[in-house]
Amino acid sequence: MKQILKSCTALTLSLAFATHAFAQEPLKELGKGEGELSIVAWAGYIERGETDKAYDWVTGFEEKTGCKVSVKTAATSDEMVALMNEGGFDLVTASGDASLRLVAGKRVQPINTALIPSWSTIDERLQNAPWHTVNGTHYGTPYVWGPNVLMYNTEAFKGQAPKSWNVVFEEMTLPDGKSNKGRIQAYDGPIHVADAANYLMFHKKELGIKDPYELNEDQYKAALDVLRVQRTLAGRYWHDAMIQIDDFKNEGVVASGSWPFQVNLLKAEKLPIASVFPEEGATGWADTTMLHAESTHPNCAYMWMEHSLSPKVQGDVSAWFGTVPSVPAACKGNELLTDEGCAANGYNDFEKIKFWKTPVSKCASQGECVPYHRWVSDYIGVIGGR
Amino acid sequence: MTIAATQPILPNRPRLTGRISDFLWKHPQVLLAVLLGPPVLWLGIIYLGSLFALLLQSFFSIDDFSGLINYEFTLATYKQLLSDANFDIIVRTVLMAATVTLFSALIAFPIAYYAARYARGKWKAVFYLGVMLPLWSSYLVKIYAWKLILAKEGILTWAFTKLNLLWLLDGWLSLPVIGGNSLSVSYTGTFLVFVYVWMPFMILPIQAALERIPANLIEASSDLGGTPQQTFRHVLFPLALPGIVAGSIFTFSLTLGDYIIPQIVGSSRLFIGQAVYAQQGTAGNIPLAAAFTVVPIIIMGLYLWMAKRMGAFDAL
Repeated sequence: MKQILKSCTALTLSLAFATHAFAQEPLKELGKGEGELSIVAWAGYIERGETDKAYDWVTGFEEKTGCKVSVKTAATSDEMVALMNEGGFDLVTASGDASLRLVAGKRVQPINTALIPSWSTIDERLQNAPWHTVNGTHYGTPYVWGPNVLMYNTEAFKGQAPKSWNVVFEEMTLPDGKSNKGRIQAYDGPIHVADAANYLMFHKKELGIKDPYELNEDQYKAALDVLRVQRTLAGRYWHDAMIQIDDFKNEGVVASGSWPFQVNLLKAEKLPIASVFPEEGATGWADTTMLHAESTHPNCAYMWMEHSLSPKVQGDVSAWFGTVPSVPAACKGNELLTDEGCAANGYNDFEKIKFWKTPVSKCASQGECVPYHRWVSDYIGVIGGR
Repeated sequence: MTIAATQPILPNRPRLTGRISDFLWKHPQVLLAVLLGPPVLWLGIIYLGSLFALLLQSFFSIDDFSGLINYEFTLATYKQLLSDANFDIIVRTVLMAATVTLFSALIAFPIAYYAARYARGKWKAVFYLGVMLPLWSSYLVKIYAWKLILAKEGILTWAFTKLNLLWLLDGWLSLPVIGGNSLSVSYTGTFLVFVYVWMPFMILPIQAALERIPANLIEASSDLGGTPQQTFRHVLFPLALPGIVAGSIFTFSLTLGDYIIPQIVGSSRLFIGQAVYAQQGTAGNIPLAAAFTVVPIIIMGLYLWMAKRMGAFDAL
């Protein structure tokens, strides 16, 4: 019966479901390009000059290698995992909350760093980062990283930057004399639980949180309680950067966790917007270019990984998206990023950033932790008012 | 005579099309199969087949960490569907759909009545244009326009301020559940946009139903001493009911499944459509997404069954 169910489903949907791959050996040597390459990426990560002519790091690659690049954009980490499970792609720019899931699901293959000459130029802080290195094996090349900053309206805060994340977690009167109720936003993704945990880690030491992604039942409950208070303050949760921008313009929203991307766009429109890195530190993302286990264009993929580490590409991406390059050489002399760009986007805050990673039940800091699927269902509950 | 005996009444025609035509004429079952085959295959495989494939998915489960699907029969997904947070989503969506349907019917009936009974010539054309015009422009553009209209710093708040009626708006928004920080982040806003977007689907069937009611029935009711209220209750409403039910099927089912309006205008609390979208597209949890889609199917099944029992389809 199970067989019938399976084949019936497969037939009618005409979907090739993923078959399990076995532990793989990385590529031994580089061959000729296969002429094609498909990448799953965050919006704005792979630009070919279509939005703005100055931002193009694909055309040159295509001319040089003959690999035609096609991009599938994804809006969340979960979507990236889903796309990779579906298959048919070569590379993915996975954040830390997706990368280990991809490794565990055997959707990505280990890479041979010897085939990537620029490997040695990578920021030492990232070379063996735990979100792409498992038991000493590398599963991809670091792309770019950045913090989740606190974006605020300078008029509502009368020019004094908020020092703490409490403006989005607790009800209070802002410097302009009005309550923050209804004027804040929060990220519409379960990983936001970690922001609450990070806040508690600083303010409620007695809970003993060591890592905002590794929470036991009590710590997890405390974090959810913080989020429940936040629910009463937030009108809407954001997951679309453009809608958040619109809400800062028309909806009277004055503070929210955000990406440098939105801050840069709003500033470019001369709106009274600024961002700050609060005292509690912040969560952040560090993205890795990972190679699909059943990639049909591995040579082109390796060429792209090498290309993606060149200072020019790193600097251009960072200028476009408001990120920090993984190659320190990119911080100097890039026209688009400028020499101040790296520091402005958080280069020196690396130690204070808790990078996104997938919460698992068997965690390093304390035996038993609350796994990610509970974060997903509980966060839907919290937003629903439970 | 010999010639007449050997030759059939209709000789075999030399051309292929002619022979095919003869064959089909002689074998009506084959003709029927040829004509009905493609639509039945379409309905059976593409339409119902995909639906069953979807239903099957809901009996599978997902591995929590890697996000891969376990192809083993289980009811765990349905258990998950009935957990508090997910059940909230179902209740929220059904209540919204019911309210939207009710208010759409209340608003649409007078409009349809006017169009069916009083609008003539040029005004009839204006009416049709007015009802249909919103359907010609993109659905997304309309919703984003509504987001701006309902925004805290939008035109509606401005108008209320100018009319010194801001206290009314604030009072409404301070109500529990239906209120919020601004219309665009409250259930009221979501409700308004739903009613706006689905209104044509309610007006047109009601109007069609009203146009089929002979005018002399209403006159007869008056002649027999019926007050306008009595005429409405005992003559007009029962005869228009099939149209109202047809319209309500549209508005109800469309609201049950929509995932774009509550995402753009609303308080981020999920509706069924969004839950399906999030589980399927974002979380990659196709079994739970499939289980969620089973809910509207069941609800619509019950709805149609009730409508039938009320005799709504008798006049169709």
